[in-house]
Parts: sequence; structure tokens; C-alpha cells
Amino acid sequence: MGGYGDVQLLRDDGLRLDGRKLDEMRPVSIEAGILPAADGSAMVTHGLNVAVAAVYGPMEAHPRKIQRQDRAVIDVRYNMAPFSTSDRIRPGFNRRSREISKVTAEALESVVLVERYPRSKIRVEIEILAAEAGTRCAGITAAAVALADAGIPMRDLIVGVASGKVEDTVVLDLDKAEDNYGQADLPVGILPNTGEIAFLQMDGDLSPDEYNLAMEYNFKAAAEIHEIMVDALKRRYEGGEN
Amino acid sequence: MSNGQNGAELRLVTPGMAIGPSAGMRVGSGALAQNDTIIATRLGWVKQLNNTVSVDPINSAYMPRSGDLIVATVAEVRNNLWFMNVNGPFQGLLPMSLAPWKVEFGAARQHMGIGDVVLARVQEVDECHNVVLTMKGVGLRRLNQGSIHSIPITHIDRLRGEGNATIQRLREACDCRIIVGENGRVWVDGDAEGMAWARQAIDLVHTSGHKKTFEAELSALENNAPKNGDA
Repeated sequence: MGGYGDVQLLRDDGLRLDGRKLDEMRPVSIEAGILPAADGSAMVTHGLNVAVAAVYGPMEAHPRKIQRQDRAVIDVRYNMAPFSTSDRIRPGFNRRSREISKVTAEALESVVLVERYPRSKIRVEIEILAAEAGTRCAGITAAAVALADAGIPMRDLIVGVASGKVEDTVVLDLDKAEDNYGQADLPVGILPNTGEIAFLQMDGDLSPDEYNLAMEYNFKAAAEIHEIMVDALKRRYEGGEN
Repeated sequence: MSNGQNGAELRLVTPGMAIGPSAGMRVGSGALAQNDTIIATRLGWVKQLNNTVSVDPINSAYMPRSGDLIVATVAEVRNNLWFMNVNGPFQGLLPMSLAPWKVEFGAARQHMGIGDVVLARVQEVDECHNVVLTMKGVGLRRLNQGSIHSIPITHIDRLRGEGNATIQRLREACDCRIIVGENGRVWVDGDAEGMAWARQAIDLVHTSGHKKTFEAELSALENNAPKNGDA
């Protein structure tokens, strides 16, 4: 990031290469309950990213050494499919997927009422089927919808969204070129109802003003994505009366 | 949510969504009081009864309660007890003293092995969620035949119906023995044709149990029941 300063990422008319405005998000669509065998599941399409999340449990935590006497553990496995990018990805865990699994688990633990299920485990599987920058955000959004679909008690949903800086300009929701050749990336997990931040990472440098603007963009986008998440969950149970 | 609705329109809420002010209201299950507001913690239908606001979840894990009749499977065997999978977050423990047979120490495997299915009752659940099961009681036994199906916990009442009317209809339609465990496992035993039809009916509960069209779909399925076909 920031190593290719001569790449043009903004057009002369002020728009981005794909025609979006600075504070415009890529199109997002969400579908809940796509995997019948899972307790809860969701698919998020965010631009060209496709993330599928499946939730199993709560279940007895095995091996027993991972059990916590006072709460459930959330076991997240984030994985990019070998065919998710144009260069084939070697299957299996790597440093990046371990890191994203860990930060995602910590973000989800902050909203799930884990104290309701002591000594148990909630398994969250996130599979990235297609990747175009912002997969951890799409994965977190998918995991939140899948958890809600599974009936896991949570104090809020989490929305994953990112802003960044290209050509000294703050932009919302970086695409692949902006992510690769931009100057900064600020992915965050936002609790849309309370406005709390469940996770935040920053790659590159932002001034305080740029950071504030990036967060303003992130909160605006989180509100939009939250509406889509709620709509997806409600659509799944349309016609229901319980 | 036919009970306790107070005439209000059914409202589907998602986790974190505000239900209403908490002043003068009590918070029931599936909800949480936060900054003078009651918020939902689950995806489900808002229910208000006697100033208590709760959310009836659409999906939920089985939480064992004392006295529940459940269909459990053996997950582990020790010398003097069995660990049972109760389809919930915690395993149940069946000590040999609560088994229906006289079991010598070290002989537990001779009576039940991993994968065996039993009809048991929850004897006790303590504050640490330790679950103790018993097989001492009328009708509690090892299930040696038939098939096991799963339905969401929240659809059990739909399968049973008012005063067990629906489950009785199904039993008569397929001429099978059907036992619905509180843990969402359903045991079906009968002839092959009847069991196949019962499976369709249970799948219907699984997929459409929360829908208004459930009764109509079930009635349509009943027209193809083996007993109707024979008649």
C-alpha cells in the first residue's frame, strides 16, 4: 500500500475509476438461510466479493481444553477459496486467514451474548468464493447475518465496512485497484444500532482529519448495509406468523 | 404468536433493534434493557403479555429443562456412565444408577454404545448447565428401531398442534408411532411407506412450520397419506 504513487486512481472529473463518487459504496446484496444443513447461514455480495457464512451450534466445545467455564467460545474459520482470485490461492490456512479469523472472532464475541452458553462453542465458517478487496468486511457482515439466522442471542448486528485513501483523497469502500495502489485502508466493524466499534484495523497512514472523514463515510455506509441485512433476515421469514 | 399479543400487529425484529421504552415494562426472554430502551437480542416476533416484553425466536438452540422428554444419542461411554448428545449446547450425563438395567461397574458398554438412541427424561439441570438424564420411568427406553428426524425447537408446538391434535392426525394418517422430543428430535416407527410419508410431513414442519400456509400444505399432504390411499 502506497508503493505505487504514480498509478492514477481518480479521474479528472473527480470520480473514481469505476465511476463511483468518493463516498459511494459498491452494490451490496444479502441473502439469509442459503444452506439448509447449517443452523444459520448467509451470502453477501459486495461489489465483486462473494462471501458465504455458515453457523453451527452452540454445541459442546471439543477438545475440552478450549472450553470456558463462564461463556461460549466463538470458533471462526475464514477461508478464501482457491478460485476466488485470478491467481489460484493455495488451499488451507495461512498467516492472513488466521489473522482474519482471529479478529473476526473477537469482533463477534463483543456482540454475541456468550455468557448464555458456558462451556460451549459456536462455530462460524466464512468462505470467500470471489474476492475483490474488502473480503474481511464482507465476511463479518455475512457472519453477523448467519448468527442472527441461527437464533444466537446478540446485542446488535455487526456491519463490516472499509474506507481508505487514494491520491491523498479519502474514499469509501476500496476496490481492488484502490486497495493495491492506494495509500491507506481502514476496515471497521460497526454496531449499527449503538454506533460502537467492534473492530478496527488500519493499514497505511491517515491524518486525524482524514481518519475522521473516513469514519464518517464508514458510519454512513454501515447504516445502508444494516438496512440490507435487516431486509434479508425479514425476507427469509416473509409470510411467517410463528 | 397467537397468545398474549394484545391485539397488536405481529412485528419481526432483528438483534439490536429497539422494541420500545423500558419504563414500566418488564424484560422477558429474547430482549434486553439498554439505556431506557428494550432491544431485541434475537431474530423473532415481539410478544407482549402483562407488561412483559419478550421476543419469540424463529430459531433457537435447545436448552434442557428438568422434566423434558427427549430423544438423545450416546456420544461417549465411560465405565459407569454415558455422555448423551441432547441436541443442545451441553452434553447430558446418564449415570448407570439411572439406567433401566442393573449395570455393573465397567459394563456400561454392554448395554449401550456410541450412536445408540434412547428416549430419556431430563432429571436435573444445575446452574452450571450440567444436565443429568434418567431412563427410569414409564416408556423410557432404548430405541432399537425406527428413524430419527430433526425439527427446529420453535416448531415443536406446530408439529404437536393444540392439545396434540396435529401429531395425532399424523399418527393416524401414516399409522406410525411418533414421539416428539422437547429437544427437536422426532422418532418415527412403522412400516416403510408410513415412515416415508411421516418424513415428508416432518420436513414440511421444518420448512414451512412458521408460515401461515402450513395448515393448508399439511392438509394437502394428508390427502396423499398411505392410510388415505389404502381406503
